[in-house]
Amino acid sequence: MTPPEPYLGVTDHTPIRLHILSVLVENKPGVLARVAGLFARRGFNIYSLAVAPAESDARFSRVTIVVDAESTPLEQIVGQLDKLVNVVAITDLAPKNAVERELLLATIKTDVDNRTTLLDVIANAGAAIIDVDATSVTVMLAGTPGGCDDLERALESYSKLELHRTGRVALPRLGKIASAT
Amino acid sequence: MQLTGAEALIKSLEQQGVDTVFGLPGGAILPVYDPLLDSSIRHILVRHEQGAGHMAEGYALATGRPGVAIVTSGPGATNIVTPIGNAHMDSTPIVVITGQVATGSIGTDAFQECDITGITMGITKHNFLVQSAQELPRAVAAAFHLATTGRPGPVLIDVPKDVSQSKMEWWYPSTIEEFDLPGYHPEVLLDEEAVARAVELISQSQRPVLYVGGGTLKSKASPELLAFAERTNMPVVTTLMARGAFPDSHDLHLGMPGMHGMYPAVTAIQRCDLLISLGARFDDRVTGKISTFAANAKVIHVDIDPAEFNKVRRADVAIQSNVAAVLRALDASSATPKSLDAWWKELHGWQEQYPLAFAEPELTGPLRPQHVIESIAKRAEPGTIVTAGVGQHQMWAAQHWKFEEPGTFINSGGAGTMGFGVPAAIGAKVGRPDKTVWCIDGDGCFQMTAQEMVTARSQGVPIKVAILNNANLGMVRQWQEMFYDERYSQVYLSADLPDYVKWAEAMGCAGLRATNPKEMDDVIDEANKINDVPVVIDFRTDASEKVFPMVAAGASNDDIMTYQSYRDAQ
Repeated sequence: MTPPEPYLGVTDHTPIRLHILSVLVENKPGVLARVAGLFARRGFNIYSLAVAPAESDARFSRVTIVVDAESTPLEQIVGQLDKLVNVVAITDLAPKNAVERELLLATIKTDVDNRTTLLDVIANAGAAIIDVDATSVTVMLAGTPGGCDDLERALESYSKLELHRTGRVALPRLGKIASAT
Repeated sequence: MQLTGAEALIKSLEQQGVDTVFGLPGGAILPVYDPLLDSSIRHILVRHEQGAGHMAEGYALATGRPGVAIVTSGPGATNIVTPIGNAHMDSTPIVVITGQVATGSIGTDAFQECDITGITMGITKHNFLVQSAQELPRAVAAAFHLATTGRPGPVLIDVPKDVSQSKMEWWYPSTIEEFDLPGYHPEVLLDEEAVARAVELISQSQRPVLYVGGGTLKSKASPELLAFAERTNMPVVTTLMARGAFPDSHDLHLGMPGMHGMYPAVTAIQRCDLLISLGARFDDRVTGKISTFAANAKVIHVDIDPAEFNKVRRADVAIQSNVAAVLRALDASSATPKSLDAWWKELHGWQEQYPLAFAEPELTGPLRPQHVIESIAKRAEPGTIVTAGVGQHQMWAAQHWKFEEPGTFINSGGAGTMGFGVPAAIGAKVGRPDKTVWCIDGDGCFQMTAQEMVTARSQGVPIKVAILNNANLGMVRQWQEMFYDERYSQVYLSADLPDYVKWAEAMGCAGLRATNPKEMDDVIDEANKINDVPVVIDFRTDASEKVFPMVAAGASNDDIMTYQSYRDAQ
């Protein structure tokens, strides 16, 4: 699935085509395949997807899907998703009505020449160093998708060994009403 | 009470009121076939698993009760994938039970293993891989609940061999809560506000059309439709999936819309100012080029499945409901359009100017396929069930047979599955032994599932099959004639190979043949007298006959070709 365009963070220039669907599903074998298979066969674009057991009840998991609501109307995506028998509830979070976070981990090669500037980058981003050895550091940032984008860009000039992002999770912004089905 | 999983499975089917299953045994499903011997359930032994699936569909469509098929793992399961896909496209309630290798062997590429729940994920309403014998009753109860409620559809239950062999303590779920379906809520409250907006649109309308789809049959809304149409005087069109939902003989009926629809039905939709869709889904075979479809119409879209709203065509008013409930609510509010006199004058003009037509039958033959269907229909008792395969013969059956009752036309719509007709006819006849069942088939279709005539004979299911034998894959030939400069590529089948009469006789059926109109009437009379064995008639028809009216694929419905206009252009 091709991402529609780079994500630019929760700012004024956030592309409104990206919607966050917070989907409560039954925690049963094959449920993720059902969700992913639906997106594939209907030609819906997934930008990112994160899954974890639901907080409230061991019977359920929460799937947070960032979808491209411009290539397919959101109503169609939600309608088809809701027909999956294992899908219990869907909450549509428009980016402006949500708080979102994701996790970034990156391992960077370091030497005496770049260490100081790298530490600045890490500090400016609000990231933390969680592992070090003689030639590299592993950096973690739990931040907004835009913050993760910024850090990723700032690290471009360094020699990256690995960089992983989790995809985002989101909750309704307090005082905003999410539309649930 | 201790039972094996297999015994619990059969007992669960009995609890669901299942009287007939269609199937074929094999290794992984062997344990289930043993308690079947002691059950009141009738088992129809098919000759190929595809037959079992289509029979279950035919049974469901003829009776309104879910059809059930049982097959083994691996190739048994993959052979029934086509009927599952077919049932999914046409929202037909069937429950398919597949054997699976033992739980400990799943994932090891064991003999006759295949991931049938994975394979059918996209073409079932839901499927289950049962993990323990204790869970079997829940899976069966949930499967029937899912298959028959909301928008109906196929549900598959995959039963590993060790699950059917192990012991369980008998129980059966008695409440919906026990089905353990926390995400499934098929019951809907009628949106009164949406109904009020629909009433408003109706009251402003001068050129309405009732666009009746398969959901009208699924919700058994024919009485409500008749009452609503007669009270409001609105014209009715019935899609391929809704033939029989409204009597063809009724003055308000314009016939079938779509690619091979009646000129007045197609054109009424194009020119209407209000399109009231009742359980239809704006299929491309109905809409033609979507941007020009009913371009000036407001749309009221009634469907039990809200995912159909705005999928193809934007709805001005969308009402999630079964069709019957909405029609009752509209009637209760006395929703009435403006005077339709001018509209009917126009509609009657199209009916007079563009009647359904075909070339005059010639006395020496070959037969006109349309003439064959009209002749069978004329000699059939009221309420006769007609099934069809897919292709020209199917369209001619939909056009030329006059359907008066729900459940009398059974065919493959969305999937377009060739070979559907014969097994569907057997399933229909098993479910409705009191009815005459004719399968209008093509020679190409018949060859795909003909082995089930052996099933029909051995199980005492006396269906009648009319093969419109034009020696060709006729619909493909028609497209090659019209759109590929008559360059015929791989469509010729031969009228004589196989010899359908001998083949029928070899399968224990009566085999008849007609090559001209006189013989045609005689063999139909003869077939109608045979009620102890299945009958197959080889009607030798003219390969150059084409289905008209026709809207070319991707063309606008405004550019509909009729028999007359095509003939005059040649």
